[in-house]
Amino acid sequence: MNLGTHAGYILGAYAFTALVVAGLIVHALRDHRAQKRALAGLQDGAGERP
Amino acid sequence: MWTRLAHPGHFLRWTQPVMPWLAALSGLLLAAGLYLTWFVVPPDYQQGETVRIMYIHVPAAWLGVFFYGAMALSALGTLVWRHPLADVAQRAAAPIGAAFTLICLVTGSLWGKPMWGTYWVWDARLTSMLVLFLIYCGIIALWRTIEDPNRAARAIAILTLVGAVNLPIIKFSVNWWSTLHQPASIMRMGGSAIDPSMLYPLLEMILAFTLLGVTLHLAAMRTEILRRRVRTLTIREAERLDAGAVPARGPSTAPSPIGQAIQGL
Repeated sequence: MNLGTHAGYILGAYAFTALVVAGLIVHALRDHRAQKRALAGLQDGAGERP
Repeated sequence: MWTRLAHPGHFLRWTQPVMPWLAALSGLLLAAGLYLTWFVVPPDYQQGETVRIMYIHVPAAWLGVFFYGAMALSALGTLVWRHPLADVAQRAAAPIGAAFTLICLVTGSLWGKPMWGTYWVWDARLTSMLVLFLIYCGIIALWRTIEDPNRAARAIAILTLVGAVNLPIIKFSVNWWSTLHQPASIMRMGGSAIDPSMLYPLLEMILAFTLLGVTLHLAAMRTEILRRRVRTLTIREAERLDAGAVPARGPSTAPSPIGQAIQGL
């Protein structure tokens, strides 16, 4: 596909969108895992307490 | 039924099996939309290939406004019904709405340069979208400033409702003022001004972005509920440690099971 003289603008727009959306997805996954780990840690601590 | 589904505990349960399906459907719709955008949609007779930016710019603009609308409704839920999930929904929506508004601003700028000859102009539509982005940033910053989420909820709900005044300004700015930005071309009296060969792929991309946004929002809400549980349990643990080295075994200080620890959140 020939995007013509404005290819840089078109590809730049798509690249920026992909970057932000990927960032949102990665952040959502990492944050969820971190909170689950923290909750599990607290749960273990509560279970082990005498 | 709504109250039951909106209870944080139930919400976590019913959304768990739904999440992979929503994610898969979002991915599928996005792939189909991108295929249409890049291999089926014809170039515009005036704008040429740059019209392809429209298929990410318009859905991003829609989501920027959509999430703020959702936040305004959640703010009402916080202020009127004081429902804990309303505040969770509001907080989870802010970064996603801000991200899509940023995408709208940047892609619009990259579209504007070859078409208008400038990256930016203080046009009513562009400026009101920038104001929306700044409001999002202000709300996110305020949340980080106030540590207690319950205290933050009311202040932010009020700020969100005040900021909602900007939504009709964004929508009607192109009608109220003479702007460089084009007037409404999808939802307007007399039907869409876009040819069906471009309109249907655009609607497909709007649907795909919306589903992606909703999936991200539900995921962020689930994480926010867990974060508040972690916070409450951490405070409870700190209070237990503060109470003394030898833990009291009375019923008031006995640790409750995690699942029941915070019924509210």
